[in-house]
Amino acid sequence: MHSSLWLSALLVVPLLGSIGALLARRRAGLSYAVAVVSASIEMALGVVIFFLYNSHVKGAQTFDFATRHVLAAPFGLAYDVALDGISLFMVELTAIVVLLALLGGRDKRREPSFVAWLLILTSLTMGSFVAHDLLEFFVFFELTLVPCYFIITGWGGKEANKAALKFFIYTFSASAFLLIGILYLGFAHQHQTQGSLTFAYGVLASTAMSHSTAIWLFTGFAIAFGVKAPIWPLHTWSPLTYAEAPTAGSIELSALLAKLGSYGLLRFAVGLFPLALADVRPVMLTLAVIGILWGSILACTAKDLKRFVAYSSLAQMGFITLGVVSGSKIATVGAVLLMFNHGVLTIGFFLIIGFLERRRGSYEIVDLQGLQRPAPVLAGVFTIVMLGSIGLPGLSGFVSEYLILIGTFAVHAWWGVVGATGVLAAAVYLLWAYQRVFQGRAVGANATIPDATAKERGVLVPVVVLVVALGVFPHPVLERISPSVQQLIEHVAPAGLHK
Amino acid sequence: MFAAASSITLPSIHYLAILPVMILVGASLLLIFLTALSRRKISQGVATSITSAASLAVVVVTYFQWRNLDSSGASTTIAHAIVLDGFSVVATATVAISLLMATLVAHDWAVRERVVGAEYQVLALAASAGAVLMTQANDLVVVFLGLEILSLGLYVLVAFDRHRSTSGEAALKYFLLGGFASAIFIYGAALVYGATGSTNLTTISYFLGSNVLLHPGLLYAGGALLIVGFGFKVAAVPFHLWSPDVYEGAPTPVTGFMASIVKVGAFAAFVRVVISALGTQSETWRPILWVLVALTAVLGASVGLVQTNAKRILAYSSINHAGFILLGIWAGSVRGVSSTLFYVITYAPTVVASFAIVTLVGGDGDENHSINAYRGLARRQPWLGASLTVLLLSQLGAPLTTGFYAKYSVLAAAIDVGGTPLSLIALLSAAIAAVFYLRWSTSLYADDHADVARVEVPRATGLVIGAGVAMTLLFGIWPGPLATLCQHATLLFTP
Repeated sequence: MHSSLWLSALLVVPLLGSIGALLARRRAGLSYAVAVVSASIEMALGVVIFFLYNSHVKGAQTFDFATRHVLAAPFGLAYDVALDGISLFMVELTAIVVLLALLGGRDKRREPSFVAWLLILTSLTMGSFVAHDLLEFFVFFELTLVPCYFIITGWGGKEANKAALKFFIYTFSASAFLLIGILYLGFAHQHQTQGSLTFAYGVLASTAMSHSTAIWLFTGFAIAFGVKAPIWPLHTWSPLTYAEAPTAGSIELSALLAKLGSYGLLRFAVGLFPLALADVRPVMLTLAVIGILWGSILACTAKDLKRFVAYSSLAQMGFITLGVVSGSKIATVGAVLLMFNHGVLTIGFFLIIGFLERRRGSYEIVDLQGLQRPAPVLAGVFTIVMLGSIGLPGLSGFVSEYLILIGTFAVHAWWGVVGATGVLAAAVYLLWAYQRVFQGRAVGANATIPDATAKERGVLVPVVVLVVALGVFPHPVLERISPSVQQLIEHVAPAGLHK
Repeated sequence: MFAAASSITLPSIHYLAILPVMILVGASLLLIFLTALSRRKISQGVATSITSAASLAVVVVTYFQWRNLDSSGASTTIAHAIVLDGFSVVATATVAISLLMATLVAHDWAVRERVVGAEYQVLALAASAGAVLMTQANDLVVVFLGLEILSLGLYVLVAFDRHRSTSGEAALKYFLLGGFASAIFIYGAALVYGATGSTNLTTISYFLGSNVLLHPGLLYAGGALLIVGFGFKVAAVPFHLWSPDVYEGAPTPVTGFMASIVKVGAFAAFVRVVISALGTQSETWRPILWVLVALTAVLGASVGLVQTNAKRILAYSSINHAGFILLGIWAGSVRGVSSTLFYVITYAPTVVASFAIVTLVGGDGDENHSINAYRGLARRQPWLGASLTVLLLSQLGAPLTTGFYAKYSVLAAAIDVGGTPLSLIALLSAAIAAVFYLRWSTSLYADDHADVARVEVPRATGLVIGAGVAMTLLFGIWPGPLATLCQHATLLFTP
């Protein structure tokens, strides 16, 4: 077992960075530098943890770096962190997202507070992913709303206030179900054991409950995570919010915070209520498949690029949900991998959209045409990200989607079949969007836009590297995810299929 | 003559128990005498110093009361009419701290509005004494006494601003409805006395525990009227109609004072009456409270959505909070009592500090309370804006503020006893209320209106705001000590 200080460092470094950025607000650019440095340290920590992580700690299932300190006994509140193969990649994604969002989505309006909010958000997201206690998870999960809200209202587009309010209220209401569910579970456990109130994940997982209770609790959890992910039909806040958020905000929301939803669904809803899964699985699978198809259709009709990515994310989140609830080990591994891959691909999309917006002052599809000729590098990177998203073999999306579909097909064939058409649909909407934006004849302002600068290329390099590397050689990732998923599925298995 | 005197046996008095009330009343009388004896009007500085010293003294006394409790346990005194237990000690300290904070805010306000004389402080001290008495009452008559002392002081305080007609209007409304509520309460107390033969809470509880009432109609009617009386005082829907008008009309520091100490006093007495005295009847009053909680939480939040006046928004917000506090009482368990206590002691400083900011923004004449006055405040004055944001987020229930743990603790208490649907209703009402808190805090960061004059922040008010924000954040990040305190306080709760 490694020291839990590594995980604490993940939480503290961005917080210190945000304080530093605020202290350095007098000198222009200094707070940005502080933020980039702390994000780089965070990234370095992420890399170290990636290599340190040991999935075979004795008696800790596949968790490593664990510790638990009770903070407020009457409330059952504790600081409890641990990391397993599933959360490991969410932590990596968080570190990548903040670094690239800072580098590629720089916003010079009131920069100190902007970077401070971004770093606080990073710390809270890290907290959600390493939390090993339901109440602690909830605190972090709920708190992420605050920086998001202020990032969107402070630096967003014309309708930012409306978008941020919609986002906040949707998520806040949905998480009411989560908090009530968590409390219910905690007290159910306390009444059974006559012990003290606790929300420790490992302890609560053994709570005995009736079938109908499990279904109610699963539903409550699924509503909260379904809004965050988003899962159809709880997605209606996302297009407006993604569109109105600043580039860095869109990246954080869709690449990272959406994963809080799917991660929560896997870890807490599926992990804690296996009994319910057998019953709600058809419903969840159907919602996932509808999400895939509906997202694909909407992506074809989107008039601007940010909404386009929002809808395509809905489809991708549908794939993730399909894998998460399938109960198949292969599909679940694929889902975890897709959470990571979709995060990276979305960073790529939003970075390019941000770069185009900076050049043209618009991200409406009608305003953009024929950009391939004046900006070949941007077009090229877009192509790679797009092909990765479609699932071209050799790129990252392929591995994850393939695992999800093959796993789902083995246990729930029909949903697998319908879901597979989503891959086709993705090819349609992505290629069509590419045609409209990058091909054709560039006239007017479109003809003269400059290509990616050296700095922008530098930001895009990690995205391309990850997309290609995880497509060609996903082994280091899969070997870390598999044991934890195995563990989770074995816990779930008695109630579901196991393949 | 001597024989007649000696035939009345004076009950034994535990002076430590009633020392807080004596200090507050004493300070109030001292100010009255000073006013009468001195040739010139007493300066605000003197009046404020005496009031602050008195409230600090009460805080110190509560510390000794707490130590006394640790060594000799909870006790009653003056013929069991006054109780000294953990619950009363913590609630008393909260009243004293709220009084201290509200007095400092009122000082700057009085200087700004050129109020002369010490009347404000006299009334505030007396009202606080009433609130403290309510937290310690173990007899329906003493509850009533506390309620009246508290209310009479507040009726005058609400009317304090003679320059605005709304202030008088609010006072009249508060007086009429408050008087009505007091009458209902005392009638309820009379009926309960008729049914049980006592006004003492412990005796009532003992009587109801050892006897079966064949015709409980009288008791039910009495209990219902008591709940209505309390419902008025804590502004629970449907007895809330006075509160937005009174909150808006009263001078802003008075509103903050009222919002904090009335909540503490009334809820403490509410807890004692329904849980200590009528605990055995919980099957009858819990359904009533269920409806009150649901209505109060949801209506408070929904009607608050359409308000454009900062004080009215806070009024509806406080109605929504009353719903949550009632949820803790509804739970009726030990955890319920301690969560109610946790809620009021964390809510009081937050709301005083919020109204302190509203007082400052209100400006000369205390008129500038449109929500538009706050546009861009955080751009002009980052610290003031950030403070208000924290206070609003706390009332919204965002984690890392006390507001989250307050809501969390009452929800936990309710779910512990099987109130999951009610908790969900309450929490969803918080999501509705989130809209107006967020709208308000967003407007603080608006880019326009950057050229509006800065808001002057006098030192004392700044101190109060800082203290309120500090408490909100400190116990929001580290709620352990406060939660443990409330738990201990409730374990020392005399049933």
